[in-house]
Amino acid sequence: MNTIDLEKEFQRKLDAEEKIEPKDWMPDDYRKTLIRQISQHAHSEIVGMLPEGNWLTRAPSLRRKVAALAKVQDEAGHGLYLYSACETLGVERDELLEQLHTGKAKYSSIFNYPTLTWADMGAIGWLVDGAAIMNQVPLCRCSYGPYARAMVRVCKEESFHQRQGYEIMLTLCNGTPEQKAMAQDALNRWWWPSIMMFGPNDADSPHTAQSMQWKIKRFTNDELRQRFIDATVPQADILGIKIPDPDLKWNEETKHYDFGSIDWDEFWAVVKGNGPCNKERLAARNKAHDNGAWVREAALAYTEKKRKKTAA
Amino acid sequence: MSNKNWPLWEVFIRSKSGINHKHVGSLHATDAEMAIENARDVYTRRSEGVSIWVVPSNTITASDPEQGDELFEPAQSKVYRHPTFYNLPDELKNM
Repeated sequence: MNTIDLEKEFQRKLDAEEKIEPKDWMPDDYRKTLIRQISQHAHSEIVGMLPEGNWLTRAPSLRRKVAALAKVQDEAGHGLYLYSACETLGVERDELLEQLHTGKAKYSSIFNYPTLTWADMGAIGWLVDGAAIMNQVPLCRCSYGPYARAMVRVCKEESFHQRQGYEIMLTLCNGTPEQKAMAQDALNRWWWPSIMMFGPNDADSPHTAQSMQWKIKRFTNDELRQRFIDATVPQADILGIKIPDPDLKWNEETKHYDFGSIDWDEFWAVVKGNGPCNKERLAARNKAHDNGAWVREAALAYTEKKRKKTAA
Repeated sequence: MSNKNWPLWEVFIRSKSGINHKHVGSLHATDAEMAIENARDVYTRRSEGVSIWVVPSNTITASDPEQGDELFEPAQSKVYRHPTFYNLPDELKNM
């Protein structure tokens, strides 16, 4: 087939909602966009283990601790599913990790914020995983098959994360005044960063139009952000804590919540590496990778030795 | 430091009630044993299966999607392979 026919066939599949599979022809830019998006999604899962891992040894009860451990384990798994999906596009995981460790590839801006109290574990599960679900559910219908299938698995597991996080918040909010204040403080610090997880406004989002056309993205950043806010405000009401936005107000006409303006200067500072924990996160990743090099080599050498023994 | 990548493995799992193994994803491991252990941790955390197969990815050969039409054409042209192709009298029950 010549290029024009290949492009026609690609477009026909997209129009028919058929999945694009690894061996199918695809435009170079479609491949590149997916590698960028899926790898940065994978990196987010890996770096996302650090802020929560920070509280594993200090969880206030054994029940909370086992749940937190299971959640962090899930995130490692999500990273693996996503790296696998990405590798079907013809890149190697080592190459992607190299991009993460050198700062060439990005990961979700949210993980550059510190976890200062136990309540942050609740706020992250409730808000950060909640925002992730809002983003990821439509990705289950993404046009690239391996990504869509990875998202189906991830979404099932994220729902456990969100519910256990909300339960932490609920317990704190039904607890002592100090516990409730801790929950409110966590909401105050995580609200805006969570809202920023949906990315820049549609007008400033360079990839949106093309990604929508390719059916990688199904909704724009602003549409998903609005949905998240509409879903989350009533959840804050149940907790009895207040979202830190004086402009947040129900709009009877649009049937949506109106909300205040986002601090985009802060968003871009974090994305460009100047958030509160960017350096710390990258340093932790690099340290684990570099100090683990000899273990990876030992594992390979051992396999090689066993192989030779069996062959002999 | 060595740049050698750990090889990629494809993972197939049969669920408790499942008749066959289904491809669930892939992972990197130095050998088959490590691949099985990792597959257990990564893909069966919520009792998704009772049997795991791991296969080195580089041993799998896939059909070429561009030759799909030729490859699968015989199936379409041989309708007589389907039971519904054969006309039988209405009186005939249970066949």
